[in-house]
This record gives sequence, structure tokens and C-alpha cells, in this order.
Amino acid sequence: MYKIVRKKCLNPTVTLMEVEAPFVAKKAEPGQFIILRVDENGERIPLTVADYDREKGTVTIIFQIVGGSTIHLNSLEEGDSIHDFVGPLGVPTHTAGLKKVAVVGGGVGCAIAYPIAKKLHNLGCEVHSIIGFRNKDLVILEDEFSKVSDKLFVMTDDGSHGNKGVVTAPLKELIEGGEQYDEVITIGPLIMMKFVVATTKPFNVKTVVSMNPIMIDGTGMCGGCRLTVGGKTKFACVDGPDFDGFEVDFDEAISRSRSYLDFEAHAREESCNLYKKEVK
Amino acid sequence: MAFNMNPKKNPMPSQDPNVRNKNFLEVATGYTEEIAIDEAKRCLQCKNPRCMGGCPVHIHIPEFISLVAEGKFEEAYQVIAKSSSLPAVCGRVCPQESQCEGQCIRGVKGEPVGIGRLERFVADWHNAHCTELPNKPVSNGHKVAVVGSGPSGLTCAGDLAKLGYEVTVFEALHLAGGVLVYGIPEFRLPKSIVQKEIDGLIALGVKVETNMVIGRTISINELMTEYGFEAVFVGSGAGLPKFMNIPGENLKGVFSANEFLTRVNLMKAYKEGCATPIKQNKNVAVVGGGNVAMDAARSALRLGAEKVYIIYRRGLEELPARREEVEHAMEEGIIFKVLTNPIEIIGDETGTCSKIKCVEMELGEPDASGRRRPVVKPNSEFEIDADCVIMSLGTNPNPLIKSTTEGLDTQTWGGIIVNEEGATSVKGVYAGGDAVTGAATVILAMGAGKTAAQGIDEYIKSKNK
Repeated sequence: MYKIVRKKCLNPTVTLMEVEAPFVAKKAEPGQFIILRVDENGERIPLTVADYDREKGTVTIIFQIVGGSTIHLNSLEEGDSIHDFVGPLGVPTHTAGLKKVAVVGGGVGCAIAYPIAKKLHNLGCEVHSIIGFRNKDLVILEDEFSKVSDKLFVMTDDGSHGNKGVVTAPLKELIEGGEQYDEVITIGPLIMMKFVVATTKPFNVKTVVSMNPIMIDGTGMCGGCRLTVGGKTKFACVDGPDFDGFEVDFDEAISRSRSYLDFEAHAREESCNLYKKEVK
Repeated sequence: MAFNMNPKKNPMPSQDPNVRNKNFLEVATGYTEEIAIDEAKRCLQCKNPRCMGGCPVHIHIPEFISLVAEGKFEEAYQVIAKSSSLPAVCGRVCPQESQCEGQCIRGVKGEPVGIGRLERFVADWHNAHCTELPNKPVSNGHKVAVVGSGPSGLTCAGDLAKLGYEVTVFEALHLAGGVLVYGIPEFRLPKSIVQKEIDGLIALGVKVETNMVIGRTISINELMTEYGFEAVFVGSGAGLPKFMNIPGENLKGVFSANEFLTRVNLMKAYKEGCATPIKQNKNVAVVGGGNVAMDAARSALRLGAEKVYIIYRRGLEELPARREEVEHAMEEGIIFKVLTNPIEIIGDETGTCSKIKCVEMELGEPDASGRRRPVVKPNSEFEIDADCVIMSLGTNPNPLIKSTTEGLDTQTWGGIIVNEEGATSVKGVYAGGDAVTGAATVILAMGAGKTAAQGIDEYIKSKNK
């Protein structure tokens, strides 16, 4: 069992939890993920490592409440325990030798982008961060990003905070303005990453995307997380989760990510008290 | 004692095919004491028992069978337990027809003695009647780590624990048992039986640490330096599923057999109250002809599919699955499309598979494996409706241990290279099972675990001289 030592609501649909997992904390690097099961009947859900404290032996996860398992996870409080918590899994994000990087995060993806920005900053790399959200209520980690970024652009779809628009707008301006990035690293909704790649490709700026497909074991056994990268089948859990964005077949990944949408919607309805009362 | 000269084996009492294809309960219900004694009397007690040579862990087969014939079931169990750590498992899943029973002299003029069925009977009898757990041996103070809790790891752990080693088994998943819990379905190997075998090992003093991915959470080198293990056995299993590289394989509704079976077996997706989803399918096509393909097809049927096909490119005779599994699958209503090879999976407007396009095959000259090579019949394309396709084509070794263990030599295809004692190129590191051989059987993995346990024992003894 893995104890939750801190819980914080970052916005109405995104929660942070700091979890006691000393073996994972000892090894975790930005870009890697963990798999957890809330209870003994739970499904295995992959979540990217948002932060870690090697001395305290804790790992921080930040998750969006989307389906039955994340609703259940969110119902746990400080002092409660998570049944299973395994990791770190996947290959850490490549950071060595990078001098100037644009980190582009979208929504809850910013939780994953942040430790990468932080690590790059600590390695002396110049970091330009662009983080996007639907509206001001959903903004997370703005202060944290500002501390580790040489430039920070906060975007909202409706303009209720920061600048109005999508993340690709400032990215394009920066590149057109002559910024020479060693890499653009992007993490967020698949559709956003697809557009980031479409933005950087004409300029041939190397773009790394962090994929978060459906997974079960997370150790290379089930093949559920497979993607087409450069025309070849790759497994996100062992070959990734980071891939060369120019090579990823996003349309296929988007289609595959929708395999269990009906189940998620059903789980949301089931856990709604109002729904329960009306039906039962 | 009078031998029973009936040329036929006592049939295995089983659930009716049309009942069992709708439930996950065990197909075969097992011999009764009377049937077991009757079957045991068919054994001629050969002076040079060929059956033992066919057993990868060399169980003293005539000895245990003669005890069954006398009704001394616990004594029979003790004979098996000397050689095998997992008799209740092996009695169920070993390919006896190509091992012990394949060598049995009674098989020359009739059917061989039902050695597997008797082994299962004896193990089940022991589990039902003996609640006493084995005594924990006195520790010899030496620590050994076992990576993976499948058949090779559990066997190696059991043998070393009996010799007094302090053994810790590291399992990546949340539950111990490896392929015995994520791969082989409940109706063929009840998970309570696997758990009992593991509980027996824990009673011997074996520690089981789940949620530990060796190579990620802890490396092999760290196990030996920071954590004080003098030797490590790697039984990490086969790993990454193979696909055919045909168009449409990444459509929704296309699974590897590993994923499909893991959802059903490990995650219990078919059970009310378990969170892991699995879709209700109408027409399921399973590609491949091994035991895993049979397991996937029979599981799909039990989940409520109307039609389930096995698509295999060679003929019925060439199916690599155990004959018994094939017969069970046929009785339950699985449709065998043999001499058929998929060339494309076709999707609907939502990106979900709807049809599988195949060609007919015919058998040509024998290939390197000695089996006749299937060749495509010209102009034979046809389509089968399938809203779920399960690829059961075997696996490639998981690269995780190799990529994180310096100096570990592997074959070009990824299998770990070991010598006859099970030792790898890294001092103190041993390996066995599918991680070494590629996808094979439970009993071969157990044999490898046993060999490595002896190798580790000798290595540690010689090191501490």
C-alpha cells in the first residue's frame, strides 16, 4: 500500500497527490510514468510523474478526473493509501546537452511538462515555456513554470487569463522571430501535439512528443499502447513515452485513444449521485 | 497387484461443452479416488521407465503412480514434490502427450497412462486434505533474488528456499504468478490453485515483492551491490507481442492475445465490480494456432461472442496447440479456419475493425522446421466479419533487462544466452524460461528454473569456500 501524504485540488477537474513510494522516488526522472491501481478491483492506470522527492521518498502525480478510476482515486484523501503504485516506467526524457528548448504544455499535460522544464532549467538550458488551458479556472502550475522559464507564455482559449489563443501561435512567432531551439518538447492533448508538430515541421525544429496511450501492464507485455512511428509499430511503455513528433501517426493514435470512451462516460454517469437516485 | 489392461485411459470428467462455454469455471473436474486408482493400475511399473526421460523435471513417475494404486495419495504427493514445485499447475497445463505420456509403453498398443491426470489428482488431493504448510528450512544466510514470479522463477525460488537460501522474488505486476495468472485462463487453471502454490513457497520463507520492475525500479547490478543478493535468477518471461505487419493492425478492436487475456485473467474484466473494461464482441477472429490462441478464442466465447474463429495458415494436423486444447475448443464451438492467412484488417468509419481479409493456403514442401510450408492459393481472397481480432503469434523478448544490465549477452533475436548451468555472461546472474528460449511451455520454464537453482547453489558454495 502506498500512502497519500498530500492532496491538493489544482482546479475542479485536476488533482495533485504526493504519494509515499520510496523505490519509485529513488529512480524517477522527468518524462517517466507510474502505473497505479486504486484498490484491489481497480484497473491499472498510467500517470506521468509530475515531481519526486528522493529524500522524502515521495512521488507526485497530477491527474484529470475523466472516468471511473480517476473519480475513485480523487475520492481518496491524505492518509489514505493507493493499493498498487509501480514505476518508474518508460524512458526518461532526453535532456543532456540541450542549450535552448521550448516546452509546450496543454491542460493537464502541463503537469508532465513542468518537471522537464525544471530539469532543463537546472541543467542550465534556456527554457521558453508555453502553457495553454481552456479558461482561467483550469490554469495550473503557472507560478512553478515562471520560476524555471526564461520566457513564459500563458494561453487560454477564451482569453480569460494570459493571452487569448492556442499554444501554437506564440510558438510560431518565437520561431519566426529567430529563436533557434535545439528541441521543442510538447505534452498535452493529442490534437494539440499534432498541431505543434504541424507548426514546427516547416521550420524543421526537432520536436519531441510525450504519448500517453491506453496501457495495461506498462512493461512491454500487452501491446495495448502500440503506436505507428515512422511506419513501424512501437510500444509507448518501453520504446517511449517520448517519440519524434514528425514520425508519429497522430490520427491513428487519436482513434485508438477513443477505444473506451463509452466506458468512461458510463463510469461518470454511474458515479453521479443524481443519476443513481433517478435510476434506482 | 493386478494391472488394468484396458487399452484406453479413464476419460477426464468434464463440464458439458455447451454449459462450460458460457462460464469461466474449470473445464475438467478431475479424477475421483476410484478413477485415479483404476488409472494408476494401468501403469506397468517399467524397470526402465521411459516416461521419466520425457519429464523436464524428472518426476519419479512409476513410484508416485504405484502409491496412487495403493491409495497412498499423500505419499504419492511427497514423491512428486521432491521434483516439482508446482504439481497442481503441471498436471493441468503440461503437454504430456509430447513428454511423459508420449514415451509411455502403454501408448504403443493403446492409450498411454494418464500421467498428467494422475499428477493433477494427487496435487488436488493434497491441497484438499493437507492444510499443514511445509516447514521453513533453517537459513544458510545467503540471499538470492529471483526476477519474475512465473513458472521458472517460482521453481527456482522453491528449490533454493528448500536448500536454506533467503529468496526474494520480484514481480513487476501487482500479483505474483506471471503467465499462470495473466495468461492461462481460469477455466484451464484456476487462480486459487496458483495462489496455493505461491502460499506454499511463502511458507518456505520465500519473500514476494510485487510492483517491482527489475531494470527500472531496481537494476540487477543494484540488487547485487546495494541490496546484498549474492546471485540473481532472471525469469522475466517472453514479453513483447508479435504482430503480422499487415494493414489495419492498429485499428480499434485489434488486440494482442497478451492484452486480451490480461484484461480477462489478471484484471478480471468479465467480472462485475472490476474496473478494467472489455468490449462485448459479436464475431471474434483469433489469428494463430498455439495454446495461447486457443485460450483467447475460448475466453472470447465465454465473454458472449456469437462466432469465434481460429485462423491458422497451416492445417489442423500442424496446429502447435496441445491436442486436448484443440479438442476442447472444437467441442465448445470454436470455428477452425485452417490453411487460411490474414492479409488485411478492414475498419469501419469509426476506425474499429469490421472484417478480416484472408487468403487460402495450401501446403507445399517441408521447410526448415520440418513442417510443410504453406503457400498462397492464387485468387483465393475472402473476408470474414470480425469486430474483434486477436493476434496470437508469439512474443519477442522484453528488452528491459538486457538494456539495463551491462555485459549481459543475448542472442540476435534478444533471448538471454546461458550455459548448461543456466549461468549468463554476468557473474552470479542466471536465467531461464521464456526470457532465454522465447515462448515455450510452463514445464520447460520450470526445468530451467530447477537447473539454475542447482547452478546458483554450486556458485554460492564455491564462492564462499
